[in-house]
Amino acid sequence: MKSTMNAVAPMTITKPLADQAPVLEMRGISQIFPGVKALDRVSISLHPGEVTALIGENGAGKSTLVKILTGIYRPSEGEILLDGQPVQFSSAQAAIDAGVTAIHQETVLFDELSVGENVFLGHAPRTRFGTIDWRTINARSRALLRQLESEIDPTIRLKDLSIAQRHLVAIARALSVEARIVIMDEPTAALSRKEIDDLFRIVEGLKRQGKAILFISHKFDELYEIAENFAVFRDGKAVGHGRLKDTPQAEIVRMMVGRDVNDVFPKTSVEIGDTVLSVEGYSHPTEFRDISFALKRGEILGIYGLIGAGRSELCQSLFGITRPSAGRLTLEGKPVEIRSPRDAIGAGIVYVPEERGRHGLALPMPIYQNMSLPSLTKTSRAGFLKAANELKLARHYAERLDLRAAALSVPVGTLSGGNQQKVVIGKWLATQPKVIILDEPTKGIDIGSKAAVHGFISELASQGLSIIMVSSELPEILGMSDRVMVMREGLMAGLYDRSEATAEALVRAATGNA
Amino acid sequence: MTKLLKSRELLLSGIIILMVAGFATRAEGFAEPGNLANIFNDTAILIMLALAQMTVILTKSIDLSVAANLAFTGMAVAMTNAAFPDLPLLVLIVMALGIGAFLGSINGFLVWVLQIPPIVVTLGTLTIYRGMAFVLSGGSWVNAHQMTPTFLNVPRTVLLGLPVLSWVAILVVIGMGFLLTRTPFGRSAYASGGNPVAAVYAGIDIGRTRFFAFVLSGAMAGLCSYLWVSRYAVAYVDIANGFELDSVAACVIGGISIAGGIGSVAGAVLGSLFLGVIKNALPVIGISPFAQMAISGIVIILAVVFNARAEAKKGRIILRDRASAEVTA
Amino acid sequence: MSQPQTTSQPGAPRRAIPDRLGTPVGRMLSSWEVLLFGVAVAIFIANSLASPYFLDAWNLSDATFNFTEKAMIAFAMALLIIAGEIDLSVAAIIALASTAMGAAAQVGIGTPGLVLIGIGTGLACGAFNGMLVSVLKLPSIVVTIGTMSLFRGISYIVLGDKAYGGYPDSFAYFGQGYLVWVFSFEFGLFLLTAAVFAVLLHATNFGRQVFVIGNNEFAARFSGVPVERVKFTLFLLTGLMSGIAAVCLTSRLGSTRPSIAQGWELEVVTMVVLGGVSILGGAGTIAGVVIAAFVMGLVTFGLGLLNVPGIVMSIFVGLLLIVTIALPILARRIRQASRS
Repeated sequence: MKSTMNAVAPMTITKPLADQAPVLEMRGISQIFPGVKALDRVSISLHPGEVTALIGENGAGKSTLVKILTGIYRPSEGEILLDGQPVQFSSAQAAIDAGVTAIHQETVLFDELSVGENVFLGHAPRTRFGTIDWRTINARSRALLRQLESEIDPTIRLKDLSIAQRHLVAIARALSVEARIVIMDEPTAALSRKEIDDLFRIVEGLKRQGKAILFISHKFDELYEIAENFAVFRDGKAVGHGRLKDTPQAEIVRMMVGRDVNDVFPKTSVEIGDTVLSVEGYSHPTEFRDISFALKRGEILGIYGLIGAGRSELCQSLFGITRPSAGRLTLEGKPVEIRSPRDAIGAGIVYVPEERGRHGLALPMPIYQNMSLPSLTKTSRAGFLKAANELKLARHYAERLDLRAAALSVPVGTLSGGNQQKVVIGKWLATQPKVIILDEPTKGIDIGSKAAVHGFISELASQGLSIIMVSSELPEILGMSDRVMVMREGLMAGLYDRSEATAEALVRAATGNA
Repeated sequence: MTKLLKSRELLLSGIIILMVAGFATRAEGFAEPGNLANIFNDTAILIMLALAQMTVILTKSIDLSVAANLAFTGMAVAMTNAAFPDLPLLVLIVMALGIGAFLGSINGFLVWVLQIPPIVVTLGTLTIYRGMAFVLSGGSWVNAHQMTPTFLNVPRTVLLGLPVLSWVAILVVIGMGFLLTRTPFGRSAYASGGNPVAAVYAGIDIGRTRFFAFVLSGAMAGLCSYLWVSRYAVAYVDIANGFELDSVAACVIGGISIAGGIGSVAGAVLGSLFLGVIKNALPVIGISPFAQMAISGIVIILAVVFNARAEAKKGRIILRDRASAEVTA
Repeated sequence: MSQPQTTSQPGAPRRAIPDRLGTPVGRMLSSWEVLLFGVAVAIFIANSLASPYFLDAWNLSDATFNFTEKAMIAFAMALLIIAGEIDLSVAAIIALASTAMGAAAQVGIGTPGLVLIGIGTGLACGAFNGMLVSVLKLPSIVVTIGTMSLFRGISYIVLGDKAYGGYPDSFAYFGQGYLVWVFSFEFGLFLLTAAVFAVLLHATNFGRQVFVIGNNEFAARFSGVPVERVKFTLFLLTGLMSGIAAVCLTSRLGSTRPSIAQGWELEVVTMVVLGGVSILGGAGTIAGVVIAAFVMGLVTFGLGLLNVPGIVMSIFVGLLLIVTIALPILARRIRQASRS
């Protein structure tokens, strides 16, 4: 592999060998939350000068592991060894002091502070008098950014930077602490191919400096390009590890998924009916432009694209959360105007949001009250609640969706991700919609429930519901969709029939690589 | 955006200058240096308290107990002065700072360790501290004749054309500017209010930062308590009643975001001066001083509207990213 | 409906999900309201031991005036706080409504007109707050600090250091009249509004929407709840109740000064929080607020019988507020610590 070649180049300080002592080792780590075992006795070791790819589906426990490594969570059991010595990351500062640093997705920076300050926050150089040394901050930030071949001015505010530039700032921050262990959590998610190449050059540089890197990504081609080792997580357990170049991709996928792909996406073929929803020239002032498609009865339209391609924004606009600046909607032949979610629900369009906890559910409230919320006018009489009707409605959909819960009155927050998703879907089915928009429907859901959700989506389609399904997981898109729309940077980048939709075609359209 | 924030302070300065000029056409001598110095001296205490309030607000908290803290500490200091006239002034000032900081630390402790929302904590301590001022004094006043001449005169002593009170305020402004931009504490305050999640990842202890912000706010209330009692030459239970809201108002007018993380020392100072100018102008241009409360109410509402416009969350703009990517490519 | 094969985990038999867990009595006994009721009983007993004048029907009746007006506002405020908002201008609304009634009384408007003016002023102020928060989407805590200055400021402009008096004799009924025996009109109104708000919050679709907004405003919006309209209505209700409280208070005092009801906003919020309503929104009951009103009334009355001045009572109220919030937090900490 190309990366291995680079790693043994003459400049190498530490020779990357598999039997070399790991700089950091995690042994038997478990993390237990109320009702959920997020990590179950996992072990992983990181070696100097090597990239270890952490692979797993959403919800496999990767981000929990990152939170433990960065001192945000304290593990329920297990030990962490640094240079063979047991350590405890009792706080984020303790992890930083131990030389662990994480480059997160864009959110983990400060919009209102300057670039230099973002680089040095928490470990700012001081003057003789113990005050913050702005001159040194700016000079060193500039030097670090130059090292990354960037000329960003350290004194401007972070909110004026693009996403790729923010990444560079995050990397500069990692370099500034002289970390020995660098965690990169989906660093390429929002980057263009050229920016990814730039990033990989930087990663190679970090390797040569002997840093141990934990690299989290969903993109296999990138992982094979950059990583030496891999560890696969599934449902909170470590299910495999080894040298990446000795392991074919198919085997890793099998570890990730735990079964054959065909089992996971049980799309049943459905007779496709007439057009239900047609979208023409839908545009938003800042998020997407000129989107047109038609959705038929019983059809599943997949929307694929990278994170930040405007897919969720489009869906939320169709659901009335935001207003479009131009475009027309026709539902069953009649033009409709959707100005609020209320309008959308009334028209028969419902939306299962990507962030269930934030947008989909009132977590502290009982299951049945969440389920009945959009249907209150049906379960109540003259504006007065009828608990018996609510419970009846909730029971109906709970049974239909095979919901697992101690009682219908327990808070939704106590359920697992998959069961929470069933509550959201049940809540919408109760409104008897015509079009259901699913935004990353299996994100953060364990594998068993995932299959159940897929089975259910398929079944809804066979009952004549029209479905729009946004997903970042290619197998899910390929397995479930009758047609696939690809979005890139707010625009439509292609519309494919099931027969034409191949992984290569979709990825090419989504990333814009010719 | 940096320009816009700067222009926010410029805008406020412009408005204040226009107001002064406008009032000067109605009232002879309003814009004279002597009168302006008077206004500044009148506003000095509000400026100091607003700066402390701003530090608390930056961390996504609020301190509604500052005025009650001032009343209690002021009463304690005045009574001590009356009972022990021989104690040097410095001891009294240290005592004021200490009592104030202690009361502030109670707020900070409840917010940090018990994680009770700051507004609840300080609503509670606001009534407690003022009640304690009553218990301490038994409801009686400490009047000018019971205070020592040094106690009364120091803040009024004119040095280089300005009273000591004004100089103290100037020093506090410089000190707070230094604290907020040049020390780790100041930057932690901005970070923990601006993006609490990220602050934790950056190794910042948000609870501790809040605690120290409350201690600072308390100590400032303590310092101001002496200045207040000495300036008005009287201490009683109800002094500075409602002043906590003035300090919040000054911050809001000065562009400090109530949601935390955004604000500048200049903004807080200008917000205070804005209120100070109005307060001093009303009597001289023949408007009843009773109108002051309604005017500050309107100004607060307008300032909140203006802040909301300026802070309107842009979110991630996909098409803009695309546009900028095309430009740089 | 047939289930996909993959959903049933091996060995997990299909079982029916019960509607609720535990018995109704068990759920009730573990509630905050029961704890608070215990506190109220304890204070009642302590008071009757401490003062021989306490257990007197007329004295107790007088004591209710300590809380009835504030409690009426507290019911509306409870809904507002459950929805995640707050209104600090309630006392200022009383001042403005009272001033408006006073001005109207000076020009000879009769009792029905005065009541309408008082309630109308309250509604107008509530609508103004509601518009700022729900239409302009401003944070309610600063907005209502602003309107608090504005509303009371208008009273000061109108009245300065003067006072309005000279209300019609029949106007005195609302604050001084009795329905039967020792039961005052205000106490009756207090019970009535308690019942109305309890039904509104706990038994209507509107109340459910209030809870959802307080728990997760996004989810509420994403489920088609008209969040802005609900919030506006809540501010309107708070204004209405402040207007009604203004009628009662003005009638009881027989005069209006701009400083009327000064500081009540804090007492009302304290009453709501003491009643178990989460200051962060999303949880609370009207029953809790009713009991909290009694607790605060009993404390102030009992201390009053012992000749403790009002401002010292406020120390107890402040302590009560902090301690009642801190105790459950501490208890949870200790429970967690002992478990691990």
